[in-house]
Amino acid sequence: MAEERFDYSYDYRTVLLFIYSALFWGVVGILIGLWISVQMWLPETNIAPYFTYGRLRAVHTNGLAFGLGVGAIFGITYYITMRLCKRPLLFPRLARAQVYLFNIAIALAAISLLAGATQSLEYAELEWPLDIVVVILWIMFAINILGTIFTRREPQMYISLWYIIATVIAVAILYIINNLAIPAGWLKSYHLFAGVNSANVQWWYGHNAVGFVFTTPILAMFYYFLPKSTGLPIYSHRLSIVSFWSLIFTYLWTGAHHLVYTPLPDWIQTLGIVFTMFLIAPSWGAVINGYYTVGQDWEKAKNNYLTKFFILAITFYGLQTVQGPTQSLRIVSSLIHYTDWVPGHVHMGTMGWVTLTVVACIYYMLPKILKTEIYSIRIANLHFWFVLIGQLLFSITMWITGIQQGALQKAVNPDGSLKYTMVEIIAKNYPYWQLRTLAGVIFTIGMLFFLYNIYMTVKKAKSKSS
Amino acid sequence: MSLHQLIERNPLVLILLATITVLIGTIVTMLYPMFRPEMHPKLEGLKPYTALQLAGRDIYQREGCFYCHTQTVRPLKTEVLRYGEYSKAGEFAYDRPFLWGSKRTGPDLARIGGKYPDEWHYKHFENPQAFFPQSNMPKYGFLKERKLNPKQIEAHMKALGFPYTKEEIEALKDKTEMDALVAYMQVLGTAVKKQ
Ligand code: HEM
Ligand code: HEM
Repeated sequence: MAEERFDYSYDYRTVLLFIYSALFWGVVGILIGLWISVQMWLPETNIAPYFTYGRLRAVHTNGLAFGLGVGAIFGITYYITMRLCKRPLLFPRLARAQVYLFNIAIALAAISLLAGATQSLEYAELEWPLDIVVVILWIMFAINILGTIFTRREPQMYISLWYIIATVIAVAILYIINNLAIPAGWLKSYHLFAGVNSANVQWWYGHNAVGFVFTTPILAMFYYFLPKSTGLPIYSHRLSIVSFWSLIFTYLWTGAHHLVYTPLPDWIQTLGIVFTMFLIAPSWGAVINGYYTVGQDWEKAKNNYLTKFFILAITFYGLQTVQGPTQSLRIVSSLIHYTDWVPGHVHMGTMGWVTLTVVACIYYMLPKILKTEIYSIRIANLHFWFVLIGQLLFSITMWITGIQQGALQKAVNPDGSLKYTMVEIIAKNYPYWQLRTLAGVIFTIGMLFFLYNIYMTVKKAKSKSS
Repeated sequence: MSLHQLIERNPLVLILLATITVLIGTIVTMLYPMFRPEMHPKLEGLKPYTALQLAGRDIYQREGCFYCHTQTVRPLKTEVLRYGEYSKAGEFAYDRPFLWGSKRTGPDLARIGGKYPDEWHYKHFENPQAFFPQSNMPKYGFLKERKLNPKQIEAHMKALGFPYTKEEIEALKDKTEMDALVAYMQVLGTAVKKQ
């Protein structure tokens, strides 16, 4: 084999370092998630000034989107790119430097958010000095990914590489534009855009952060690791092509569905909603491809313990991408917008689709890199059931209480006056918020099984090699 | 060889096509609107924030209040009933960034200005549960202990190009962060009410 001429060990070490970093930030983010979920029903757990809900929530979302999400994306994408290009990274040392800079950046991000330095733009909270670091990190990533692709030893670029390329480009455009700001001090700036325009730019960014951080790179993983772990080729290449181009085309039109019934001009809202409806099609392209891929030989597919991770993940992706468009309809939005329904939606995506796919990729990749087997499939199965139950309980309780909030806020007496005050409505949320914490604990236990399994696998590999 | 096979073998083509593809929606829904006047409206009664109000807005940002409180009243019957006049695009001309929020754990604040006396806000920030035992809002008493930094606020006013006087900045040194936050609360939504 030609590729054996290469030594991958240095790059694989870099991949592992990214994975370990991502898992570390994942633990931090999840524990803070538990904490803020408790703050929702027990306000005494706010510790002013640094650990109030308003500051911790940003650490939770940034820690998981950027620490766990982007960290895993860096590592897993490098792995996929090397395999598909049949060569090591073009700049191994650059990638290694990127690991260290990444961890420094996330640590500083967490500290600055706790200190209250925030642009107040969801998923773009980090202040301008950190934005510059993020851009540098992304450039390092882009240089290595594109450079490796340009010097690849396999003429054809597999589907995953298309998604990776789209991710590299789109995130750069999105991040730079939405973070344009007027600096007013070392840790303070004001959005370059004002009012309605500020809102429009932010949610163009915000929705596409979902599209190009929580969707396209995760699809790249899905398209690579599903065939790898089942031994079955992707069902339809043509469907992959059509859904790829229509997905990356459509996503950029849909940001305004976050601004339904706000003062944003109606035509932008309507345009956003229409394209959001259409987004179901390319999203389901991937879902159908996934189902039919394992459908080719279910007997074979089901032998691998990872198949259920991937199939459940793509199922949640499928549900998510039907729920999302539904939410954008004016009539639905008027009920659930601003309520706990939305965190229910979000966590089906983040826990059920993103995290489940990422852990399955790590289960597959790590033993391959370490030249060993996974420590325990039984523990992996336990992990699976715990995170599944935790996530379902989280989403379902939030959907129920979300609809209740929406309905009670609209409820009127026969004389036309409002039936409930806000506080009366909040009081009704407590049992659901408490159940959400329970759901989070179950999810966390599942993730601890995962971490233990990974730890033992690494340990096993070490003792074997020494 | 089909067209797509060509793309699959040529990263430069793929990069270019993908860039164009993501830019189309970007231009139509984000960039183009920016050049339309409807994206930059301003209500007649709307004034830039005073130094004290801006300091309050900075604190509102710093504390992440917008994760639980929205600042847009939607044009829906019960919402107008609950909060008042629905939000107009022209109210936000000086808002960088907008602080509409995406979650209403607590009530909307777009029309909070003038709803309660200052004294109410001071007490409420210190101990929300004293007013609403069932509220889950954190206590913000520490804001009372913290003095404002006039130099910093002056820099912020400059960055935004808001008009201010020397006296206004000097007066800040005797004010606390709590004073600023209350001043910000009291100006929210007032441009509409004056009409
Ligand atoms: C076709 C795909 C999707 C569509 C059309 C869609 C649509 C929506 C809509 C309309 C909202 C706003 C709800 C509201 O505030 O009333 C929303 C929120 C959100 N969605 Fe989705 N969604 C999709 C898929 C996903 C996926 C795959 C994820 C990944 C994890 C995700 C994560 C989020 C997040 C994080 C928010 C909350 C944003 C915030 O308010 O901060 N969505 N989505
Ligand atoms: C133990 C597990 C978790 C718990 C208890 C938890 C809890 C929470 C809570 C309480 C919120 C705030 C909801 C609100 O605004 O009302 C939140 C928001 C959020 N969480 Fe989590 N979370 C967990 C896991 C995760 C994971 C694994 C991810 C991503 C990989 C994630 C991503 C997010 C995002 C993106 C938001 C913002 C949602 C929005 O804007 O509506 N969470 N989480």
